[in-house]
Amino acid sequence: MPCTGKVDVIHIMRSFEKGADGVAVVGCLEGECHFNAGNLMARRRVEQAQKILDTVGVGGQRAQMYNLSSSEGPRFAQYATEMTEKIKELGPNPIRVAKNKAA
Amino acid sequence: MIVADKKPIEEIIECLKDHKNILVLGCNECVTVCEAGGKKEVGVLASALRMNARKEGKEVKIDELTLERQCDREYLDEIRDSIDQYDAVVSLACGVGVQFTAEQYHDKPIYPGVNTTFLGATEERGVWTERCQACGQCILATTGGICPVARCAKRLFNGPCGGSTTGKCEINAEVDCAWQLIVDRLKALERLDDYEKLCPLKDWSTDRAGGPRKVVREDVKQ
Repeated sequence: MPCTGKVDVIHIMRSFEKGADGVAVVGCLEGECHFNAGNLMARRRVEQAQKILDTVGVGGQRAQMYNLSSSEGPRFAQYATEMTEKIKELGPNPIRVAKNKAA
Repeated sequence: MIVADKKPIEEIIECLKDHKNILVLGCNECVTVCEAGGKKEVGVLASALRMNARKEGKEVKIDELTLERQCDREYLDEIRDSIDQYDAVVSLACGVGVQFTAEQYHDKPIYPGVNTTFLGATEERGVWTERCQACGQCILATTGGICPVARCAKRLFNGPCGGSTTGKCEINAEVDCAWQLIVDRLKALERLDDYEKLCPLKDWSTDRAGGPRKVVREDVKQ
């Protein structure tokens, strides 16, 4: 997506429904959104999705919001590693596990 | 518009625990504008319900549909051919839509997916406030366009009461005193003389006191 302001709760939900173990939404630095508040809205939507994911037992921690500028390659790598570690800790998406079990 | 708020997903899950084929039915009108029951919310709720069912190892079919309105038969007829495949419907319309859907599909359980709250306006995205209680006898012409029925905690017709302090109501320091607003508005309209006129007793039979209400318009009735 060209801007995290376009990210909606449903995009995050569908990713988990389809079996994703984690979703990282990476937006521009807060205060530096070209459209003023796109990344701030994205954060709120990630938080909304986290609550729903907690309710249905998938685990809200699987969805995370990160902020960085386009020139911060090393930081992107750091966030990607962080996210990977977090997901490894949480294990596979329980929806995918249940789906595989049922198949 | 009719303002509604989302129901907690846990409450909806509890209602649906014994159903296997579920339709999540949205409404494209007021509840879409207040982001409680439109196509987007239908998608999110249906997705959450599918994941919950899958996680609990249940085989549940959950479909999504959003009608133009749920308070008109012609739109509700759109599901007449498909309704039999479902053993329950979660309606994300207001209470009117939920009841009208239930009336049209008498043998189908229709569960509410939102809490209908009031007739209100959008202050800003995510903030809605009450403006009308549909009392059936509008007096806005005499009160400068500000409704004491909906906005005065005591529904006073000759206010304010002694609980009005610096323009705020005694029930909550964040709530404007409706009568202060009325006086200010009449002043701006140079109609303060109107404030001196006593408002006569209101006929409450047009409000809920007269039981469920009905409007019959012979000029448009078919």
